[in-house]
Amino acid sequence: MAATDSRLLLLSPGDSVYVLRDQVAAGEVIAVQGRHVTVPVALGLGHKIARVAIAAGEKVIKYGAPIGSASTAIAPGEHVHLHNLRSDYTPTHSRDAASDTGEETA
Amino acid sequence: MNNAAKTAPALRGYPRRDGRKGIRNVIAVAYLVECAHHVAREIAGIDRAAAHVIGFPGCFPNVYAQKMMERLCTHPNVGAVMIVSLGCESFDRDRLARVVAESGRPVETLVIQNAGGTRSTIAAGQDWVRARAAELAAAPTVPMDVSELVVGTVCGGSDGTSGITGNPAAGVAFDRLVAAGATCIFEETGELIGCEEIMAARAATPELAVELRASVDKAARYYATLGFGSFAVGNAEGGLTTIEEKSLGAYMKSGQSPISGLIKPGDIPPRGGLYLMDVVPDGEVRFGFPNISDNAEIVEMMASGAHCTLFVTGRGSVVGSALAPVIKIAANPHMYRRLAEDMDINAGRILEGAASVAEVGAEIFDFVSALAAGKQSASEALGHQEFILTYKSFEPIGPACLPV
Repeated sequence: MAATDSRLLLLSPGDSVYVLRDQVAAGEVIAVQGRHVTVPVALGLGHKIARVAIAAGEKVIKYGAPIGSASTAIAPGEHVHLHNLRSDYTPTHSRDAASDTGEETA
Repeated sequence: MNNAAKTAPALRGYPRRDGRKGIRNVIAVAYLVECAHHVAREIAGIDRAAAHVIGFPGCFPNVYAQKMMERLCTHPNVGAVMIVSLGCESFDRDRLARVVAESGRPVETLVIQNAGGTRSTIAAGQDWVRARAAELAAAPTVPMDVSELVVGTVCGGSDGTSGITGNPAAGVAFDRLVAAGATCIFEETGELIGCEEIMAARAATPELAVELRASVDKAARYYATLGFGSFAVGNAEGGLTTIEEKSLGAYMKSGQSPISGLIKPGDIPPRGGLYLMDVVPDGEVRFGFPNISDNAEIVEMMASGAHCTLFVTGRGSVVGSALAPVIKIAANPHMYRRLAEDMDINAGRILEGAASVAEVGAEIFDFVSALAAGKQSASEALGHQEFILTYKSFEPIGPACLPV
């Protein structure tokens, strides 16, 4: 099995995302199924990292169940949050969506 | 295991006329409109450990609020009730006093407009509370079994850790409680959006499955009208992205037991088992958000008889509750270290590999038993007695909701 950073927790075998069980610093390189990915911004525990490539419109799976649809294509190792995942029920509101994602808008 | 069972202190309860037992014996000081709140608070201030303030702020009548106050004033943890009325509010204080009296509890009504005003009402109320507190402190207890407990669960200030540590551990505790014959209540249908199918599959009967699904559909419609899901800014900062993701995490609190029924706030579950509480009002959207903060949910489970509440928090809620103790379960290990004095259980250890979900679940089960043996929870010892009750309207539950 390809190497994956021990901080990435897989909750259910069919999940398309991992959950961070610890923090990751900005600029850190983490292993995701043997692939080395640079994390551009600091991420706190509980945040999600893509385990596989997810196409735009595809359901994102966590706990073995859909938690919404990708609003854009997501590469393995990418942070999955408000900027690329949308609820299939009610939209998520936040104080400032851009800063909450911790991602650069570029 | 056997050792722990031998050394664990015995559960004891205060027997009530309706057959239920309380794990506490407190005086409820109940104000019937915000205008009487200050006087009620001052009355209870004479003995804050013995006298807990509850109340309804509105001046307009509300069937739901009347039912909630009647249930809360006859909650098994309540041994006596002081009703504080301004005098001109719409709340039916005579009916409330009658219900309490019929339950066998001492009850006294003070009407500020007839009692000489603020100072004299406070003085009269404090005298009554002092006398009742002495009686309640000396009241005998009887042995109590785990099967006689009613336990609620709520999560508040959730983050991405809640659904993978604290909530599944609470679920394990629920499974053990249900297996022992206890009654467990989970709730907030607005936080079960996306879980309707997997939840319906656990229903005791196909008819109940239809009701469970319908309750979540109602919540989705209700929140869609309001334009906001049950999702706060802090949830997103903690790594949660969508309501269905938060829901799946929240759903873990319910454990694996079959679902025995669907109740609404104030309905008393007829026997042991796992119950979903439908907290979203019926009919058109009338009075705003179903539950404006976590304590509104705790109050509704107390109205259905909950002796205590398991409260899982990731971001770090510090609340407790009037009348029924709250057990605080920290889902996030970093938060636990920051707020250790407010927490009872550190489920964050699961993330750090220091404990399994099953071990933390067993700890929670033992903590519930210890509460019923007299141990105080952190929020209880810190004096937290939050309470909130607002306007709602419900239709009675249908026959398919309590099948067995």
